[in-house]
Amino acid sequence: MTEVSIPAPRTREAPAAQRDVRLAPRPPTGRRLRPGPTSARALALGPLLLLVGWTGGSAVGLIDPATLSPPWTVVTTFGELAADGRLQSNLLTSLQRSVAGLVLGVGAGVGLALLAGLTRTGEAIIDGPVQVKRAVPTLALIPLAIIWFGIGEQMKIIVIATSVLIPVYVNTHAALRGVDARYVELAETVGLSRLRFVRQVALPGALPGFFVGLRLAVTVSWTALVVVEQVNATSGIGYLMTQARTYGQTEIIIAGLVVYAVFGLVGDTAVRAIERSALSWRRTLGS
Amino acid sequence: MATDTRELTAVRATTLTRGFGARIVLDSLDLEIAEGEFVALLGRSGSGKSTLLRALAELDDGVAGSGELAVPVERSVVFQDARLLPWARVLDNVVLGLDGPQARERGREALAEVGLGGRERAWPNELSGGEQQRVALARSLVRRPALLLADEPFGALDALTRIRMQELLLELHARHRPAVLLVTHDVDEAVALADRVIVLDTGRIVVDRPIPRGASDAAAHRKHLLAALGVG
Repeated sequence: MTEVSIPAPRTREAPAAQRDVRLAPRPPTGRRLRPGPTSARALALGPLLLLVGWTGGSAVGLIDPATLSPPWTVVTTFGELAADGRLQSNLLTSLQRSVAGLVLGVGAGVGLALLAGLTRTGEAIIDGPVQVKRAVPTLALIPLAIIWFGIGEQMKIIVIATSVLIPVYVNTHAALRGVDARYVELAETVGLSRLRFVRQVALPGALPGFFVGLRLAVTVSWTALVVVEQVNATSGIGYLMTQARTYGQTEIIIAGLVVYAVFGLVGDTAVRAIERSALSWRRTLGS
Repeated sequence: MATDTRELTAVRATTLTRGFGARIVLDSLDLEIAEGEFVALLGRSGSGKSTLLRALAELDDGVAGSGELAVPVERSVVFQDARLLPWARVLDNVVLGLDGPQARERGREALAEVGLGGRERAWPNELSGGEQQRVALARSLVRRPALLLADEPFGALDALTRIRMQELLLELHARHRPAVLLVTHDVDEAVALADRVIVLDTGRIVVDRPIPRGASDAAAHRKHLLAALGVG
């Protein structure tokens, strides 16, 4: 009680040791607003946690195998699929479709973004239709695509390419528009030709935006793949999964999902690696 | 625009007028700069200094105006910011837009001249502000300009770096003899560097004063110029 009622002057008379201001551990300077370095291991943490949850849930019976097959069943299914060669051949088909669509779509996206970003006419003609396409879901285009291009590879690749085109176009176009006007002025004073301006100023300036688009595009190429392979396909991972659905084989469906997930992740990691080396001049939060 | 490299005259502007909307920024201005002459351009904010420099650099596309202007084709501009392309290495920045097999060799020489030999492969981000401005100087030099237009090139540098850069600019001018138009609002810088100081006020030249080299009456020039600028 007396302790509590002691008046303010006591603080002044407190022993030296108590008056000492404890130095709070200071955060490392220059780091406070940055998220800190990211390692490959840190990036794997999220997916790893999911895997642990899935395994644990299945092991203790929290997850019904009829709803979601346990990981070990999926692993053995992978073994079986690989043993009879179905995994490899379907995976190869899917990869070919995805890569073909990706290459075409990225090329078209960059080309259109350049035309729209660097010329008034291009902007007027291209930007509107691309935004319209952006608003239309890929799935809704399938019936028309089948009528136009049939049910063969051509249709699938075109659907993937047009889906991939959107994120590449949108991000590259925005980045081109955002290239600093001061650099444009510099290009004028050193007398750069239009071609050189595009190659040495516009394109490198838009590269960060392009890579954002490319990362999205890699994922989109896989998701578009799922759509086209579940419609009238006779091969590919999506076909494998559609068949499995007919026979109620959840383990094959999961195996297919795992393939999609792994390749999505691998694709994204690959693009990030390319991005890091291509944009090594940048000093930003992420690096 | 007509280009004229008549003997001894690097720049000839006659009744040069520029305006933005109803506001006249350059008012029927006449200016001649001789070959190799170092001219400093002083003036308060909004006096038309930058507009004049941009007119000489032919960077004023779309700005309303009239008058005659003859400037050399070989001209280069140094901006207040170094304005290096961050995605291009130092040497690539220096030779930006140049052709031919000797371009890179000349670029290396120019870098060595500004004291950055060996930094050809560095990224602009890795350089200090002063070093970046040196690269910008090298980029201008390598074009062998007959006219060097500099828009407050040292404005963003710290005092010590600025002094060193001023010395470097004088040295480079002595060696290569381009005509120089240096826009600045530092009276001391103008007096120390230029052969001739011009003061611009509301788009007109109000002072045009030669500063003989080696003259010891810097204080008198300073006082006169400050008075013309409405200070002191």
